[in-house]
Amino acid sequence: MKINDAIWGFVLMALGAAVLWAVRAYPNIPGQPVGPALFPGLIAVGLCVGGALLVWQGWRARSEGPWIEWEDWVRSPRHTKALVALLGSVVFYILLSDELGFFITAFLMLVTLFRSLQVAWGRSVFWAVVATVVVHFAFYKLLRVPLPWGILTPIAW
Amino acid sequence: MWTAIGQAFSMVFEPYTLMVMVLAAFYGLFVGAVPGLTATMATALLVPVTFFMPPIPAVAAMVTATAMAIFSGDIPGCLLRIPGTPASAAYTDEAFAMTRKGQAEKALGAGLVFSAVGGLFGTAVLIVAAPALADFALNFSSFEYFWLVLLGLTCAIFISTGSPVKGVMMLLLGLLVACVGLGNPAGFPRFTFGNVEMTGGIGMIAMMIGMFAISEIIRYVVDTNPPAELVVEEVGGVLKGQWALAKKYPKQILRGSILGTAVGALPGAGADIAAWMSYAMSKKFSKEPEKFGTGHVEGIVESGAANNSALAGAWIPALVFGIPGDSITAIVIGVLYMKNMNPGPTLFTTNPQNIYAVFLLFIVANLIMIPLGILCIKVAKRILKVPREILMPMILLFCVVGTFAINNAVFELGVMLVAGILAYVLEANKFPTAPAILGVVLGGMLEENFITSMIKSNGDLTAFVARPIALCLAIVTALVWFAPLLLRMLRKPVRAV
Repeated sequence: MKINDAIWGFVLMALGAAVLWAVRAYPNIPGQPVGPALFPGLIAVGLCVGGALLVWQGWRARSEGPWIEWEDWVRSPRHTKALVALLGSVVFYILLSDELGFFITAFLMLVTLFRSLQVAWGRSVFWAVVATVVVHFAFYKLLRVPLPWGILTPIAW
Repeated sequence: MWTAIGQAFSMVFEPYTLMVMVLAAFYGLFVGAVPGLTATMATALLVPVTFFMPPIPAVAAMVTATAMAIFSGDIPGCLLRIPGTPASAAYTDEAFAMTRKGQAEKALGAGLVFSAVGGLFGTAVLIVAAPALADFALNFSSFEYFWLVLLGLTCAIFISTGSPVKGVMMLLLGLLVACVGLGNPAGFPRFTFGNVEMTGGIGMIAMMIGMFAISEIIRYVVDTNPPAELVVEEVGGVLKGQWALAKKYPKQILRGSILGTAVGALPGAGADIAAWMSYAMSKKFSKEPEKFGTGHVEGIVESGAANNSALAGAWIPALVFGIPGDSITAIVIGVLYMKNMNPGPTLFTTNPQNIYAVFLLFIVANLIMIPLGILCIKVAKRILKVPREILMPMILLFCVVGTFAINNAVFELGVMLVAGILAYVLEANKFPTAPAILGVVLGGMLEENFITSMIKSNGDLTAFVARPIALCLAIVTALVWFAPLLLRMLRKPVRAV
């Protein structure tokens, strides 16, 4: 996704302005000339100035291309599906790993991803099981990371 | 000193450390040889595992894996015309042209042997320069550190390719991220949005796994180019003829190693930029520049040495000042802090055995690179055939679990995902990522030294240039900022005439 620099510039200026707004009420260190607002404040000023420069550069180059340009994958359903599966599976893990437990979440996540990348059903399931078990063993048993058991808690080992 | 060196030897040549090194070597060779997996990603993915190791094996794993990955990135470049890591991109076309001429062995061998030579050269410079610099740095106060960090960040912007404005913006975004949380001189919660997890700041490791691993997975998933075809079936003896090459191109090897070490030591520029610069330099000073691009080994010798020497060079500012020389050392610094091996000049005086151990690790890693590299070239065909549609989802699972392992919190996974998407989109729009990483790593240090200096001088800005070393650093920093402008102004009248 290629976005014209002018739009980036606006976003960065807005961010700078938001930071300046947020730090305006920060207290100074008692008895000192400086406080926690100074450093982010300077950064925010930099963001506004640089953002303005980008707006100017982007505006001058506006004839060279569209404001927003998409790459080839957007027109390929296979690739967009794979991207959605990729991002979705991480969100799925974040939301449900505690409840469903590591085994079920990781297995579903892998099968979905394999399928979205055109791996056959049999191989998908096989590799998903292998990877889930190996990662669980390595992190839960060897490195003692408390991966959640979720609904499988009764059979936890 | 000798007792410290003895201790270092016993720490490095301990079975556990050696085992970690061998495993890390295979891991690094594999990751480097698979296109789309970079040396930086290898380091980021190692962090969750090294988290559970003592300091020296943890550092050993990173040093070995990165050295191997930078070499093995040459393999797919040579056989598929796709660089395995960005550090091999400079001479991928050259190496592939050699393969086309039936000289794949020579190209791979040159990559391997001169990688090791460059790596050892960089290590030698590290061994000589780092302690001397550390001695000097013991006199530094917050004023000097402030300028030093600023100079480092400045270099990071001006050495990276592309628009300096975008570099500055990325740097500021990195610094802004470093502001989040309670970790500031006033201990005041900033930008936490009332979220408890945010008071500790944004997890650096989660962010780096996102920026260097998740973004690569996204790039793989949306890649619409068809996979490349393997042109060579068998690769024979790779060491044949390398000694003759070394005798033919001694100047090139030395030049590549020196340039690589220097570029590596500059903050923000690492092995990839070192390789590009030294390939260009090789062509410029070559007696037969017309042969470059047609399958000529000279450039591969020089830039192959350069990219590996850059790895060691990057550790000089990282160990002495805590200023990373490239994105890999940026991650390493995070690990050193977790291991209570806080980088800085005092590391050299209080725990010299740790420093000697790091030096030793570099030497061992570059030496075992040759036999293991030969082995890797032998099985290269199989590595290149590993189905990436199976590999990539597994790496994603590893990222998820590894990121979770840092704090046992799913919040970090959100950080990882957002960082990955942002890194992908920003990079597609030609915003460089290296300045952002440096900003995140150095933000706390920059602010702390700035605020401390302001308090010491009671708000008087002239105190920043009152000490001689601080003044020198300030002048150099200003020169880097304004030299391009000055040059342009000086040139204009000439053009008018």
